[in-house]
Amino acid sequence: MTVPLDSALQLLPAFLDLPFREGYVASIIYVSLYVSLIAVTLSTLFSIPVAIVMGFTDFPGKQFVKSVINTGMGFPSVVVGLVVLFAVSNQGPLGSLNLIFTKEAMIMSQFVLATPPITAISLAAITSVNENVRDAAHVLGGTRLDVALVVIKEARYGIATAILAGFGRAISEVGSVLIVGGNITSADGVSKTRTLTTAIQLEARQGQYETAMVLGAILVVLVLTINAIVVRFGDQGVQR
Amino acid sequence: MPIQRRQFIAAVGAGTLTSVAGCGQAIGGNGAGGNQPDVAGETLTLTTTTSTYDTGLLDEIHPDFEEMYGVTVDAVAQGTGAALESARNGDSDVVMVHARGLEDEFMRNGYGINRRDLMFNDFVIVGPESDPAGVQGMSSATEALDAIADTEAPFVSRGDNSGTHAKERNLWAAAGTEPGGDWYQETGSGMGEALNIANQQGAYTLSDRGTFISQRSEIDLTILVQGPIEDGPEILANPYGIMAVNPGVHDNANYDLAMAYIGWITSPGAQEAISNYQMNGEQLFFPEAVSEDPNFQQYVPEGWSSDSSDE
Repeated sequence: MTVPLDSALQLLPAFLDLPFREGYVASIIYVSLYVSLIAVTLSTLFSIPVAIVMGFTDFPGKQFVKSVINTGMGFPSVVVGLVVLFAVSNQGPLGSLNLIFTKEAMIMSQFVLATPPITAISLAAITSVNENVRDAAHVLGGTRLDVALVVIKEARYGIATAILAGFGRAISEVGSVLIVGGNITSADGVSKTRTLTTAIQLEARQGQYETAMVLGAILVVLVLTINAIVVRFGDQGVQR
Repeated sequence: MPIQRRQFIAAVGAGTLTSVAGCGQAIGGNGAGGNQPDVAGETLTLTTTTSTYDTGLLDEIHPDFEEMYGVTVDAVAQGTGAALESARNGDSDVVMVHARGLEDEFMRNGYGINRRDLMFNDFVIVGPESDPAGVQGMSSATEALDAIADTEAPFVSRGDNSGTHAKERNLWAAAGTEPGGDWYQETGSGMGEALNIANQQGAYTLSDRGTFISQRSEIDLTILVQGPIEDGPEILANPYGIMAVNPGVHDNANYDLAMAYIGWITSPGAQEAISNYQMNGEQLFFPEAVSEDPNFQQYVPEGWSSDSSDE
């Protein structure tokens, strides 16, 4: 994983002079992607079934669940970080797992942050699929599962947007990963729990604004690239 | 003072270094040492202050320790208050901070053991060259703060419960002035950030010398009141201590590795490496662990005696 990143980053010194040891930037990019992608994958696996169930059934308290999810979209990341810290600290309920200052703790906080937007936006996409489509699927003799699959296919662009929103929230987030991850690199300059955002925070704290800007540019390019890939998948679907 | 110390270290160094190295081999190797605990492959979590971390000192000296014992050090830079809190929660194995009052409280409450004096540098009062409060060259830090308060010249405070912030509050208390008003700004940020904010606003601030030196090329502030390293007042001294988390309180704390680390960092070899660490041509930290005249108060809270302990 780090090898192709390294070779790609060898192009950077052509126009940048970063005061970092070799492999440092690649390793923080790797940690950023590793934590965010796993967290978003877990969030998606959790959120999509929840959105489908909520989109296809009525149950008492549904509006309440909806408002909880919507509130979660605006949940401050530092608060999530604190809650996860209390959970994984050696004094907390998960203390025996020794998760404090690890990537796993960061994944937990990113999961909590990414799940509400993915659920809410997927739900909106599913419920906004035209009633006619659902009726048509029913009339053509589809089972409940068939109808659901048709609706998900129609809503796939919205679901992709939901996952992107969750990914965007996870990778650009600094408050909780700093608290539960600890911003650790080993002495040989390889990131353990340092992400692009916490590295930017560290550089800014030391007044190295230029270096911080370069890391910020890398983060923006990374997010743009992943968005472009997902949007392209979506477009192909529309054109077919 | 540092020169004496260095000669002493050089003299003691050669002898003790060999024994430390031999000890390391016994532990790091295949356990031939017998009763020495084998810590190879384990990870030490060190919570420490931003000032030791941001100067790059730890990255410079840790590879030596990691290689000697075959271990990994996870250094988490948090500021003294947070570093002690993490240790209090059992989330770290060893804690390196610079606020003797807070360290003593940590020890008294039974969370820390085997405290050692590690190294020192000093604090300096920095400000704009125009020096609106006229504190340049003052030999008393408290008089300088009084002058700043009297002229209501802008002053940036860390405001983050760090060791530097604790020192700053002690200084205001010693000056008998309660800072407040528009001119006194608490930023709640690390030292580097506080220096940047002071720089942007032409304000005074209290900085540790190490962070100031490492950032001097980026900012226009200048040292107006020196600390004891440059013959300034003793009240600006900045001693660092290191403590192991008490395994009797937190049985998951890696005590063997914590003590290996404390033993190593207070050894003549590591102390010499600390003394040799320079930034922009200046020495940032002065070793204090190896001394001709050991201070036995370093192991216990200051003012502690066996008579008063059974209250």
